[in-house]
Amino acid sequence: MQERKVRRLEDPFAWLAAFAALALCGCAERPWNDPNIEFDPAGSTLFQTFSERPKHLDPLSAYSEDEAVFVAQIYEPPLQYAFLERPFRLEPLTLASMPEVRYEAADGTLLPPDAAPEAIAFTRYRFALKPGILFQPHPAFSRDADGGLLHHDLAPGVVASLASPWGLPSPGTRELVSADYVYQVKRLAHPRLHSPVQGLMANYIVGLGELADRLRAEHPEDTYIDLRGYSLDGARAIDDHHFEILIRGVYPQFLYWLAMPFFAPMPWEAEAFHAQSGMQERNLTLDWWPVGTGPYMLLENNPNRRMVLARNPNFRGEPFPARIAPELASGELKEAEGKSMPFIDRAVFVLEKEAIPTWHKFLQGYYDIAGIPRDSFEQVVSYGVDGSAALSAELTEHGVELLTAVEPSSIYLGFNMRDPLVGGLDERARKLRQAIAIALDTEEFISIFRNGRGTPAFGPIPPGIEGHSEGVGGINPVTHRVVDGRIQRRPIEDALTLMREAGYGDGIDPATGRALVLGFDTVAGGPDSQPVLDWHRKKLARIGIDLVIRATDYNRFQEKMRTGNAQIFQWGWNADYPDPENFLFLLHGPQSKVDGGGENAANYANPEFDALFERFRVMQPSPERAALVARMVELVRTDSPWVWGWHPVSYSLHHAWFRHAVPHPVARNSLKYRDIDGPVRTSSQRAWNQPRLWPVLAALAVLAVLAFWLARRRAAPPANAIRPVDGQRA
Amino acid sequence: MIRYSIRRLLYALPILLGINLATFVLFFVVNSPDDMARAQLGDKRVSEEAVERWKSERGYDLPLLLDSSAAGVQRVTHTILFQRSLTLFSFRFGSSDSGRDIGEDIRTRMWPSLAVALPTLLIGVTVNVLVALGVVSVRGSLLDRGTLVAMVALMSISALFLIIGAQYLFAIVLRWVPVSGYADGLSAARFVALPVAVGVVSGLGGGVRWYRNLFLEEVGKDYVRTARAKGLRERVVFLRHLLPNGLIPILTGIVVVLPTLFMGSLITESFFAIPGLGSYTIDALRNQDFAIVRAMVFLGSVLYMLGLLLTDLCYALVDPRIRLD
Repeated sequence: MQERKVRRLEDPFAWLAAFAALALCGCAERPWNDPNIEFDPAGSTLFQTFSERPKHLDPLSAYSEDEAVFVAQIYEPPLQYAFLERPFRLEPLTLASMPEVRYEAADGTLLPPDAAPEAIAFTRYRFALKPGILFQPHPAFSRDADGGLLHHDLAPGVVASLASPWGLPSPGTRELVSADYVYQVKRLAHPRLHSPVQGLMANYIVGLGELADRLRAEHPEDTYIDLRGYSLDGARAIDDHHFEILIRGVYPQFLYWLAMPFFAPMPWEAEAFHAQSGMQERNLTLDWWPVGTGPYMLLENNPNRRMVLARNPNFRGEPFPARIAPELASGELKEAEGKSMPFIDRAVFVLEKEAIPTWHKFLQGYYDIAGIPRDSFEQVVSYGVDGSAALSAELTEHGVELLTAVEPSSIYLGFNMRDPLVGGLDERARKLRQAIAIALDTEEFISIFRNGRGTPAFGPIPPGIEGHSEGVGGINPVTHRVVDGRIQRRPIEDALTLMREAGYGDGIDPATGRALVLGFDTVAGGPDSQPVLDWHRKKLARIGIDLVIRATDYNRFQEKMRTGNAQIFQWGWNADYPDPENFLFLLHGPQSKVDGGGENAANYANPEFDALFERFRVMQPSPERAALVARMVELVRTDSPWVWGWHPVSYSLHHAWFRHAVPHPVARNSLKYRDIDGPVRTSSQRAWNQPRLWPVLAALAVLAVLAFWLARRRAAPPANAIRPVDGQRA
Repeated sequence: MIRYSIRRLLYALPILLGINLATFVLFFVVNSPDDMARAQLGDKRVSEEAVERWKSERGYDLPLLLDSSAAGVQRVTHTILFQRSLTLFSFRFGSSDSGRDIGEDIRTRMWPSLAVALPTLLIGVTVNVLVALGVVSVRGSLLDRGTLVAMVALMSISALFLIIGAQYLFAIVLRWVPVSGYADGLSAARFVALPVAVGVVSGLGGGVRWYRNLFLEEVGKDYVRTARAKGLRERVVFLRHLLPNGLIPILTGIVVVLPTLFMGSLITESFFAIPGLGSYTIDALRNQDFAIVRAMVFLGSVLYMLGLLLTDLCYALVDPRIRLD
């Protein structure tokens, strides 16, 4: 009996039959390699990836790109960027009109709009909300027949059984009121929420710092704070649809902050709901389950695997913009004009940490948009003689389209201006820095190490922002010149001349009689970074400088920067908003990293620049302000506290079925403008992913031959068997 | 056996304490509480005050190992080591430094890890045993030697190469399975098929060589000769007599890794986008999230020691010659 069982297991035909059955079971309508099997590809669902899980989804704390991609679709601050207009312009989002701005003197007297900034003690912003805006469905709003909140006193057992807020019945909603915006402004003072802009806003919003001190004193423990019980002089609800914010002095850039999630409305019910006992232990916090009025709501929250946004059924609808910048205009956008947004029902964001699988899934049509992996760049993109980027023939045949955009960012090599060798505003140090700026050939760097994905910087302000000039008028005369109408980097001889004038002829440091040694502080110490570091060394060796790479870990590097112990370093800044102030403040003396803990990483301090900046920062855009910006840019070009590196150019790919693919370098609430042609995607996925079965058939054939041979071998007597002789029985 | 188990569990306590201390020291040699705060608060617009407040809220403003300003037992208890590490012995992992509940994260992430690790182990052992038995049955032949060479070659191929190669062949060229991803329930099968296959193949070289040696040792023993003398067919001798006896060290080898299967595999999970525990610790190290690091190291140590204890108990259960005193 036992032996028979063993024989059955060995039967090759049984295995063949099982394998064939398994293969046939796999035959389904959808491709076998479809990773999105839980979603209908024909539906209006966007599939894309994220590589870093968000740390916060609370609009008060969320600041990075990884977080904005979710938060900006869910929460609605009062303002937004006009998505299809250039140059960048703010427009009302939940407001009926742009905020009314009033200037007041210290005694409360109303001042005219053209009042001198120094006479203005306060600026009062008055907001009028659009009526009828509803929050997304959420159990925090559910009420019983008596009007009491249904899910605000949940039993511990109920909370323990919840995987998401959607596990509770009868999600409710209510109208957005001005008190929700005021509540969020008060949350900036919350002692446990750590908004990155708390310090900045406490300088402006009247009473915010005092409220923060009071809350810290009254609530030393981590307990729920009902902020409705606290008043804030700087934020006040006038009625359900009107509120105002009062700030000290003049801060024209404040409007840009009002387009960021920090100022999105927060319903007190949501905070109270998530503060219930046991919610934290189930990861059901407001930091992970946003509650907003935006076009989307978070349906699935698994930052370890995927995040799913679904259309907010209570969203009021918003017409697709009619005003389109000429350089962006297309038939597709024209056709969408006036149609109600959002177009996409669901957006699935899948966590992909590895570039290779992500890239292949994009090629198979399972992700709608993707970046280009560094290793595949040269196979994917080629440059024409005019420098324009083009996709490979294979991708073009697949209908893949390339989208490029200059990011509002600056990557630079900074000098520590407190350093006795490279720092300071004296002629010697200035010429030394200028010589280095000429020697470091940024154009070559972009070509070699960035695959052309960057545009050389001639100053701190990136393209698209006031103060940046294109063409020959915008060059940095310290490092570049115009020859026959073309922009050229200055020859190395100019750098050598500057070195001589600085007292370092042939790169010799007179103090030591040997080559001038400078230190490059960096976190890039791995083998991948070696070519980049070698390039820097070689470039500076041309002017006789011996660049020593001082690689260190990220923490120690940050510490060096905070304490002013770095000499030359690489740094960058990504714009918060498209205003020159957001870049020029990086060179404002009082915001020095060492002295003030600010963002001026080079610790640059030029009294003339600082004085100009103080004047400029309180001015509205005007020709006079533009002149100040130009003068400040000229000053920093001459002083060269940075080697003006490059402004990154983002390259993204999307399939033909992804519609309205217009980049906006600053706006983050872009999902509502996009559209997907699901049926085209489905047919493409099927066409590109038909399983290849010939290896199975070949294997089956080999196995069949083998089985046949084994069967024949068993049936035949062994060659050494004793054959019966005539007259004998075997 | 019960007394033995209790004794072993008590022995585990000082070991766990030592591991905790070592983790603590190693972590804080590289990271300071200031670094941790800045990693959580981000790079832009982080004020000194915000850093101090963050540390204070999480108890990272305390002395690391000893509070010389405190009196009595507080010199020890009023430290980061005590308050953030030793509480683990009650299996309360608390919140990560980014605010998520660690216990909940572990409970969620261990199932995908198991979905890959358990089939990989079971199928891997089965395949290894069958191949090892096969080559033992033809020991000394060309097939045996050829298999050995193939196994050594397989051991020389990195798992990463196998992963990328398998993804290319089965997901891109043949299009049989997804390149990567995961789904809940039975749908997970199509996603774990390839990682399991890669896991099995990558473990084949070492496994077959080890099991072959075990079976070769057994095949020359008296009971095998007796079975043959009884006239049993070679197949029956192998499967009914040789296999059960050869399985003793194999089973104990499996038991030791069973508890640690929950911990997942870093490379496999990362490349196949399996949302398991494998990358949880690495992500935590990268994000300088000490709360997760200490919890995962502690959990890993406990599970490993549990595995060792179970191995000893298994030896006593399956081999009557072994007694645990």
